[in-house]
Amino acid sequence: MTLPLNIRAFVLSLAIFAVFLMAWHVATQSGGGAPAANIDPEYAKLMGQQVTQGKSAMPGPLDVGKTIWGHLKDPFYDKGPNDKGLGIQLAYSLGRVLLGYALAVLVAVPLGFLIGLSPLISKALDPFIQVLKPISPLAWMPLALYTIKDSSISAIFVIFICSVWPMLLNTSFGVSAVRREWVNVARTLEVGPMKRALTVILPAAAPTILTGMRISIGIAWLVIVAAEMLVGGTGIGYFVWNEWNNLSITNVIVAITVIGLMGMILDQTLARLQRAVTYPD
Amino acid sequence: MSLFKNAFDATRRIVRGCTCGQHDSQDAHERALRAESVEAAQHEETRYGRIVENAVMRALFPRDAQRRLFLQQVGASTAMAAISSLLPIAAATEAFAQAVPEKKDLKVGFIPITCATPIIMAHPMGFYSKHGLNVEVIKTAGWAVIRDKTLNKEYDAAHMLSPMPLAITMGVGSTATPYTIPAIENINGQAITLSVKHKDKRDPKSWKGFKFAVPFDYSMHNYLLRYYLAEHGIDPDTDVQIRAVPPPEMVANLRADNIDGFLGPDPMNQRAVFDGVGFIHILSKQIWDGHPCCAFAASREFVTQTPNSYAALLKGIIDATAFASNPDNRKQIAEAIAPANYINQPVTVLEQILTGTYADGLGSVQRDPKRIDFDPFPWDGFAVWILTQMKRWGQIKGDVDYAGIAKQVFLETDTTKLMKEAGLTPPTPGSKTIVVMGKSFDASKPEDYVKSFAIKRT
Repeated sequence: MTLPLNIRAFVLSLAIFAVFLMAWHVATQSGGGAPAANIDPEYAKLMGQQVTQGKSAMPGPLDVGKTIWGHLKDPFYDKGPNDKGLGIQLAYSLGRVLLGYALAVLVAVPLGFLIGLSPLISKALDPFIQVLKPISPLAWMPLALYTIKDSSISAIFVIFICSVWPMLLNTSFGVSAVRREWVNVARTLEVGPMKRALTVILPAAAPTILTGMRISIGIAWLVIVAAEMLVGGTGIGYFVWNEWNNLSITNVIVAITVIGLMGMILDQTLARLQRAVTYPD
Repeated sequence: MSLFKNAFDATRRIVRGCTCGQHDSQDAHERALRAESVEAAQHEETRYGRIVENAVMRALFPRDAQRRLFLQQVGASTAMAAISSLLPIAAATEAFAQAVPEKKDLKVGFIPITCATPIIMAHPMGFYSKHGLNVEVIKTAGWAVIRDKTLNKEYDAAHMLSPMPLAITMGVGSTATPYTIPAIENINGQAITLSVKHKDKRDPKSWKGFKFAVPFDYSMHNYLLRYYLAEHGIDPDTDVQIRAVPPPEMVANLRADNIDGFLGPDPMNQRAVFDGVGFIHILSKQIWDGHPCCAFAASREFVTQTPNSYAALLKGIIDATAFASNPDNRKQIAEAIAPANYINQPVTVLEQILTGTYADGLGSVQRDPKRIDFDPFPWDGFAVWILTQMKRWGQIKGDVDYAGIAKQVFLETDTTKLMKEAGLTPPTPGSKTIVVMGKSFDASKPEDYVKSFAIKRT
């Protein structure tokens, strides 16, 4: 009689999406003013459709669909340094995010481990972390540009600095919260400190560490778009900026969709990893 | 009116007709001279020949009056023969045209506005490759970023607002780094655009409380808007609000009603009209006809360490500027720079800007072929004027070495380096008259000029 929950949810999602598209379509159809009557034809030739035909500045779902199709057909074209296909732009952004993120993992996990194991270091580093954590990553940009003197490395640095904190805090929390009994059992069995860290504490803290990593990748992906809009050159953020420059709302919506989908894929990848390391208590 | 001119004012002419006496008016005189130089600029050999000849004659006759006296007395052809026998003008021209660049792959940054036309069009139209360069023109998000990327040496040269290299050289708003302007890109080509809801408020006196946008604090736009407002009795600091907004955000902000208007670069003015959100109140040429706007800027290091690359790059820009100065080529240029790789705007918008036949947003079509023009010569009088405005609005304080800084940024590099190498110099100061809203400017008395304004921050 009743379908499984997943299928019902899926049908409901589709329905919501369809209603949204309909509403959007209707809203853009009626938007904008009436076409201006009796304008000089020579003048009209020099003006945009918003003025001559009363077209809404907001594109409809059909326009966006058409543009998405155009991008999908040819995602890897390269017409010079300032005009590359959506696929190439996405690859640039992804490359930056993964590089900055990987660096952050390399720093945050060992450091978090250390902080989690030693109450002294934890207390000593705490004020620094508390001050640095809430700084908006983009606020680092001018400083990075000035000191690093390279815009693409600056962008990677910004990704690094924004993704390091959640991982650091989660790792140290996860490590310090490992059950004392497990560590004590390991100690009784004369397991060396290095082996203890890798075989007992790491697996025990892994779910918490992965949570931190999942939060970080989300933040990194949020920040890269803003960073690229600021620095320009390549990447999906630059694409948004370039189309904004042309006041092409259609392409901006396309980019927003792509950014959302990509963010979802990144998040789901880490969610899957997280499930793999979670253990029943 | 000429009857009432002050005959003891050295900056004004009281004689009717033009300076050479062959034309009815100064305007006709300038038109004729211009037609002749455009003609010369069409052919490559004559163009470089002209540049080198100019440099040589300026070196021989630092004062223009002497040169003219000499030419009048001996005749142009005798003079040319005499000087050619003494100095190897032909060889110098050849050297200027053929030096091998030290560095072939160059990166030049630009902001997607029509001021950058020569820099941009030189790429698709092959002016860089003609001089043996492989130039990448890279679109940049804003003035602060283009400044930092140029200071970082990610760019070899860049499109900047002409006050920026002055500010950078003095260390105002950045670390002090010696900068140069080897060429101005465009003259005129800006406009005051107001929101369509202000259609009836054409008198600046009624603009109290308005919010305006300009592209950058150190921009001609900022200084021209302040000048214009102050001349109409509006204090730009207290009566209105002026914010720095990157050009692409100007139209979006105007549409969102965040600002009442802007003095901005094209294509933003025309784009606001095209999208029906604004109208063009006045063109910037109505404030100062022939004002410089953006510049082609390079660090002194690039100029001195890779002089041939620099010369080749500059030649590409000079070629492009010469090509752009011919109104017949403007449509072709509009098409070349419209794609997403360059300015990324509808061709219709760019055509209106470059040809000067444009919709004003009020329902009529205006025609002004000099709406934007291209003239590469960086007169140092321009620099002095900019410095006086920086002083006037409190961006720089204390004593300013107007002539010194102007020479250093706008002129000196070329005279010391390129003159020796090949012979390229901008014209000597003094021959350019600067008139802003009917008030003439004497570059030799900058401090008096600053003092002469009623509204100022000194």
